[in-house]
Amino acid sequence: MTAVTPAPPSTAVHPAPVGAVPPGRPAGRSRLRTLAGFAFGAAVLFAVAPLVLSDFRLALLAKYLCVAMVAVGIGIAWGRGGMLTLGQGVFFGLGGYAMAMHLKLADAGPGGMPDFMQLYGQLDELPLWWRPFASPWFALPATVLLPMIVAFGLGSLVFRRRVRGAYFAILSQALAAAMVILLIGQQGTTGGTNGLTDIKGFFGYDLDDPVNQRMVYFVIAGTLLALLALTRQLIHSRYGELLVAVRDGEERVRFLGYDPASVKLVAYVVAAGMAGLAGALFVPAVGIISPALIGIVPSIEFVIGVAVGGRATLLGPVLGAVAVAWARTALSERFPGTWTYLQGLLFVVVVAFLPGGLASLWALARRRDVGARPVRRGWLSLGRRRAERTEVPAA
Amino acid sequence: MSGERLDGLSVRDVRVTFDGFTAVDGVSLEVPAGDIRFLIGPNGAGKTTLVDAITGLVRATGSVRFGDEELLGRPVHRISRLGIGRTFQTSTVFEELSVLQNLDIAAGARRSWATLARRRRGVPDEIAAALETIGLTERAAHLAGTLAHGQKQWLEIGMLLVQDARLLLLDEPVAGMSHEERDATGTLLETVSRDRTVVVIEHDMDFLRRFARSVTVLHAGRVLSEGTVAQVQADPRVQEVYLGHPVDAGSARTGLEA
Repeated sequence: MTAVTPAPPSTAVHPAPVGAVPPGRPAGRSRLRTLAGFAFGAAVLFAVAPLVLSDFRLALLAKYLCVAMVAVGIGIAWGRGGMLTLGQGVFFGLGGYAMAMHLKLADAGPGGMPDFMQLYGQLDELPLWWRPFASPWFALPATVLLPMIVAFGLGSLVFRRRVRGAYFAILSQALAAAMVILLIGQQGTTGGTNGLTDIKGFFGYDLDDPVNQRMVYFVIAGTLLALLALTRQLIHSRYGELLVAVRDGEERVRFLGYDPASVKLVAYVVAAGMAGLAGALFVPAVGIISPALIGIVPSIEFVIGVAVGGRATLLGPVLGAVAVAWARTALSERFPGTWTYLQGLLFVVVVAFLPGGLASLWALARRRDVGARPVRRGWLSLGRRRAERTEVPAA
Repeated sequence: MSGERLDGLSVRDVRVTFDGFTAVDGVSLEVPAGDIRFLIGPNGAGKTTLVDAITGLVRATGSVRFGDEELLGRPVHRISRLGIGRTFQTSTVFEELSVLQNLDIAAGARRSWATLARRRRGVPDEIAAALETIGLTERAAHLAGTLAHGQKQWLEIGMLLVQDARLLLLDEPVAGMSHEERDATGTLLETVSRDRTVVVIEHDMDFLRRFARSVTVLHAGRVLSEGTVAQVQADPRVQEVYLGHPVDAGSARTGLEA
């Protein structure tokens, strides 16, 4: 099939490419840049932040970084895979409750029952489904695997039936609502509206001690960096390219012989695992997990951070999540009650005017530096396309 | 790809019904291995629906065999893996991915998860060959969204090549193309038909006269006429239905020999 080349008259027909990936960008340099990026991130998180921030602020940052982990997962599922998941709180909650159950049991000591169960006084002994969580060998893997298993079950049902777009978003949100209702309804064994509170120890370390709080922060920062490295590999792998193809043309991918449902399922399950891990680390950082932290509102807030930062990029979701969470704290301290409105406004503005998030501003600025290239598309769609373009690896 | 089996397409009494409306009404046709068959007919004749039925997009009754395999009743991606590839009326390349990435994805339906988890290193041989065939080697690193319309169509054909499709179903591949692009596309079809079977839905009669090896005319969901370009054009029923009015055989023949 190589013998005859039709030699299409390519030169005459088209204008210069608008967004061509610079051909032959050396792979070594891009790897070097990535390593430098990670080193910079590690320096900020491990050296600068602990030096500059008070214990109180560092604890807040630990909490934000947990939210950022959820955001990284949403970046994969929504930004790269096109699945707008408004129910990541479910997976965050599964991870969080699994961890909190273990820590409550550890606090209570061998054979003991968590304080709230004794308080409500309906139970004589530990419920059966609590028991395995006494073992860290069960509880720790469960914080990640439990959300992944639930996501796998749900995703298998949903994606094979070709539920997508707004229907998928609503379905995932309904799941978050259902989970909250279930937790509140089972007050005797789940702590109800209060959730699991007053968590004192973390594998033998006293969480009231600032030194141990700092350790928890370091664990969280390290985990976030590891998740980012994993995500980078995923985005740049062949699977990552395939995922974008499924996002942009699910039917076309089907005609190429793939089953898009399994492609989406993997991204969804990975995102769920990340949310679960985030929930698990949130518990020692904040000392509580409750339905209010995992319901519809927090689930939407996870997504807002990702949208603001730039859903299709690697760092956008992280920076967006941290920025929005930080703004929330800062503004709530000064103007209580207005944050909800500001947050809504922020979301509307980003969706309407900057669909690629803040990351697209960066790409826009960088492109200006390189030189004036012809612009064919409208400014709005340009923002989105450029944001996504920044992540397309050079051939 | 040479050395692979060359198969023909056999469609028997295929019927597609949407809510009581019969779009394809008992179509039977045989496309021998290595043919370039053009499907023509007025709007609503059922051409695209027939291709939809063959590729599993719509449910149909009857029988569609490619080689020894029955296609009807299988899901889309399974039919695709049997070596049946198609393009659509509107170009459907992945605009946010580069030309190379588009081809790499098309080539990879049989890849293991372990391969998918790794990065692509270099350009696989079959993809380099396809880039050469479709004349897009220079543009491999460009985003598919930046290609001209004609190039997108070639990219789609290239994707079918690396996908290892042995039956190509092309829905209006030259619509909107310039004359040079049409010629290049026709040559491309002749090249790929050496070890593949090609079915083309097309309205462009000039293109058909130049590149069709055989023609099937559909009308109102049925096969109206079948044969070589000359036979079909000489068929008075075709002249009546497809061209709207009887044309004298002389002018049709002149057009053919031009």
